Amino acid sequence: MTLAHLPALVVVVPLLAAPLVVLVRRAAAAWAIATAACAFSFAAAILLSAEVAAHGPMSYHLGNWPPPWGIEYRVDALSAFVLVLVSGIGTASALYAWRSAAAELSRDQLYLYYVMHCLCVAGLLGMTVTGDAFNLFVFMEIASLSSYVLIALGRDRRALLAAYQYLILGTIGATFYVIGVGLLYLATGTLNIADLAERLPQTASTRAVLAALAFITVGVSLKLALFPLHFWLPNAYAYAPSAVTALLAATATKVSVYVLLRFYFGVFGLRLVTETLPMAEILLVLSLIAIVTASLVALWQENLKRLFAYSSVAQIGYITLGVSMASPDGLTAAVVHLFNHGITKGALFLLLGGVALRAGGATMGSVQGLGRRMPLTSLAIVIAGLSLIGVPGTAGFVSKWYLVLGAIEAGRWWLAGFVVATSLIAVAYVWRFVEAAYLSEPGPATPGRGEAPAAMLAPALALAAACVFFGLQTSWTVGSARRAAELLLGGVP
Amino acid sequence: MSAFGHYSYWITVLLMVAGLYIVIARGNLIKKLVGLSIFQTSVYLLYIAPGKLIGGTAPIIADGFRLYTNPLPHVLILTAIVVGVATLALGLAIAVRIREAYGSIEEDEILAADRDSEGGA
Amino acid sequence: MSAAGLIAASLLVPAAGAAGIALAGRWPNLRESVTLVTAVTLLGCVLGLLPSVLDGGRPQLFVLEMLPGIALGFRVEPLGMLFALVASGLWIVNSVYSIGYMRGNDEEHQTRFYVCFALALAATMGIAFSANLLTLFLFYEMLTLVTWPLVTHHGDAEARAGGRTYLGVLLGTSILLLLPAMIATWSVAGTLEFLPGGLLRDAGLSNPALGGLLALYMFGIGKAALMPVHRWLPAAMVAPTPVSALLHAVAVVKAGVFTVVKVIVYVFGVETLAEVRAADWLPVVAGFTILAASVVALRSNNLKRRLAYSTVSQLSYVVLAAAVLVPISIAAAAFHIAAHALGKITLFFAAGAIYTAAHKTEVSQLDGIGRRMPWTMAAFTVGALSLIGIPPCVGFVSKWLMLQGVFAAELWSVAGVLLASTVLNAAYFLPIVYVAFFKAPNGELHGEAPLPMVIALSATAVGTVALFFLPELPLALARSVAGL
Repeated sequence: MTLAHLPALVVVVPLLAAPLVVLVRRAAAAWAIATAACAFSFAAAILLSAEVAAHGPMSYHLGNWPPPWGIEYRVDALSAFVLVLVSGIGTASALYAWRSAAAELSRDQLYLYYVMHCLCVAGLLGMTVTGDAFNLFVFMEIASLSSYVLIALGRDRRALLAAYQYLILGTIGATFYVIGVGLLYLATGTLNIADLAERLPQTASTRAVLAALAFITVGVSLKLALFPLHFWLPNAYAYAPSAVTALLAATATKVSVYVLLRFYFGVFGLRLVTETLPMAEILLVLSLIAIVTASLVALWQENLKRLFAYSSVAQIGYITLGVSMASPDGLTAAVVHLFNHGITKGALFLLLGGVALRAGGATMGSVQGLGRRMPLTSLAIVIAGLSLIGVPGTAGFVSKWYLVLGAIEAGRWWLAGFVVATSLIAVAYVWRFVEAAYLSEPGPATPGRGEAPAAMLAPALALAAACVFFGLQTSWTVGSARRAAELLLGGVP
Repeated sequence: MSAFGHYSYWITVLLMVAGLYIVIARGNLIKKLVGLSIFQTSVYLLYIAPGKLIGGTAPIIADGFRLYTNPLPHVLILTAIVVGVATLALGLAIAVRIREAYGSIEEDEILAADRDSEGGA
Repeated sequence: MSAAGLIAASLLVPAAGAAGIALAGRWPNLRESVTLVTAVTLLGCVLGLLPSVLDGGRPQLFVLEMLPGIALGFRVEPLGMLFALVASGLWIVNSVYSIGYMRGNDEEHQTRFYVCFALALAATMGIAFSANLLTLFLFYEMLTLVTWPLVTHHGDAEARAGGRTYLGVLLGTSILLLLPAMIATWSVAGTLEFLPGGLLRDAGLSNPALGGLLALYMFGIGKAALMPVHRWLPAAMVAPTPVSALLHAVAVVKAGVFTVVKVIVYVFGVETLAEVRAADWLPVVAGFTILAASVVALRSNNLKRRLAYSTVSQLSYVVLAAAVLVPISIAAAAFHIAAHALGKITLFFAAGAIYTAAHKTEVSQLDGIGRRMPWTMAAFTVGALSLIGIPPCVGFVSKWLMLQGVFAAELWSVAGVLLASTVLNAAYFLPIVYVAFFKAPNGELHGEAPLPMVIALSATAVGTVALFFLPELPLALARSVAGL
């Protein structure tokens, strides 16, 4: 009986934890409640994932009102997969924040940090699990607003401007999304995603639908930082508190990719997206530009958080490249890279946060000779970096495999070559770190000997280990991605 | 229907474009937020205006009331207004903080201050 | 112990050894003992698998399914057995030598050195015993990454630059060329398992497609140092000499040519390639590499650089022999993996001994050094003779097999290349032997190299001669690969 309510509980528990934390002002209790709520969601997500794998999609009617009049929460192969990622990273980030946020924020502000953390996770989970287009907007804004606050809590004053710019661009994005949804509603009369998918092919006002597609694409692209709408991302990631960077880098853009997938293949349908409008080609071109330019810009960065933020823009390009292929292998690649990149970047930013804590910043200067001063952290950063490159044995390799396979099977050899060639740029910027950490003498900015506190190191190492684990044991990730791809492509034509 | 009959859509477009223009063209942080609000207002109009039916009333279940104006957009827009208000409040709060940190709310001055401190560092 | 257990042990023993070395870092003698014990144990495990392989058995071990439909698994067949024997046997000798070299030159970071060595051997075993392309690729990349700290051991700007070339070329070729080739193979054939007769035999690929795929593989296997992807080899000479000995005899280069032969025999299939003539360009490229590298070796004054280019040249012997696509030449290719290993490691040992004892690195400085370091230069002479292909050294056996193969296939131009390169080999090795023994020594007085080094290089020199008289074991394995 509880299982049936899990689709709602997975969102409601962190959502309710937020006001609870406001009431309980003490930092320790705040942390405990936040972590417990995220952990509950994580457990719930795993149970849901198992349930969906065994018995197919689950539907939950909020307030017992049947769709399409009521709001429906729908868990299928794709949303369950994303739920596990988001709740897992949310829990890891909450555990990590125990020490990390305490170091970056003043003690009486800490409970507010955890309030926003709960709201952000609740919002992201809600975006994933809801089956109603407008409800998605509501959760999108809950997640976005709380992430603006979280970013603004950064120690550097540039975090404020970064948060403001993200606010402006993010709100424009969300509003574009709402315009798109409004046009769809005008055309079909329904807001339920599954219902929209059924009614869209029959609708007469195709121009409204095409306009809706365009608006939703731009809106979601702003949120997922697709080139050229990515400008908010490097600053936001660089200046936010470390736990926040890890949380957002691993989840926020990924959930936006989920929304894109859901609308493109679940609502609009393959034919509309590839034949009627050249969305696949546009996505392809933008992805290619994103990958190349962002990787090259990353190469020249001194601030490591900024470097890996640009790397994130490039990796998102790989995900959207998979989406643009619109084939079973391409979508499998996109969904699996969504997960793999999430854990890789999560691990990287958590580890960099540890360096930032010990060194007072995460620049190339702070990591000179880091291999000797913080050996575990350095090794874990190397492992996550190898996953970013796509070395076999790491999670990143699996995504690259399916991307290249999708390109080859579509007959696009140049695209396969492009994917592997750009991986070499990743080698260059990861190796900048390796050379600095292992081949250089410790400099003035390098921290003294000693790892980050255990509360920070443990979640970071766990995620780094996950990078290797999911590089070897791929049955769950690839299996889920496969099922998600089949679901998306086998749906409305 | 004539072009003038679509006047609500024209106003929507006007507000949308004006709002976006203000966001892009104005460097004052508060003005940007104002532009953002105008932009969001256009969306409210986009939803509500088509919901109104000529001769429609509020959905009252009683004799004599047959044609209902669609109430759903009103519900949706109430939510959107709340979101808009929250966003505006948050944006203004961040602007206040920026003023405290930088002493200015003009974007070009703030960026110049960042460039100077970065160049020196 | 079961065969599967022995296979697992072959990988776990060096890995555990690495951990043991790391833990014993503070006590050098204990640490060195861990290395030696690990090396001997590894050889024991490999020898344990030998009888069943010679009998025709193919011990297997399935670990897990890495990607849907592709397993991480191992299967021991004669070529892998040969490679594993060479690697594990020479690791023992190389470890003895390393002890002498590292202590003799008072090198830093010795623990890191021995740990990476052990890990490199684990990766080598993984390559040797891999059952499919994906497993091989996994350990192939691991070998590149694990040997990078060894190449950049000295940590100075030169090491850094060498390391960048090393990593850049090896990762560049494997990610850019080998990976797409592998994925394309998977897409076409639906399997990546190494099958006798070639897994692409029934895939129905057209001639140009087959040729193009072969090119992707051959240039993607950067460790085989076909020109122009050979640049990493001379760049890696910045490493300490035991590393060069490892790279150029035991692990990295042999992994490269091993993979080349494995791909030609078990992925494409010798008969398929011979029928379709998709590999006609390969002898040309290999032949060019042999000759061009020999010329560069001739013109190099730096001893290690000369040996590096000699290696580039000798590796292409293996590729050339495999490309002739006749059973006896396949056996020659496999046999040369072992023959060259013994000869080259002797030469590098000698070069390192000369550097340690006399601090000399250039050929022009070697006047009369044979009188001061008789053991070293005697071993050098044996190694040189083996590489030139003069009996009673084992290099003669592989040259002989290669010539037999070339005559069987009636490829006279290839025979010409072999003859020309033999002359060139003599031209860049024999003068060193001559000046070492017959010119008057100059410079400061010095003696022989430290004892462990002399023991090691004498052992490999003796092995080079012994294998000429007792070649049955590697010959049997090599012939088995070719199906003879």
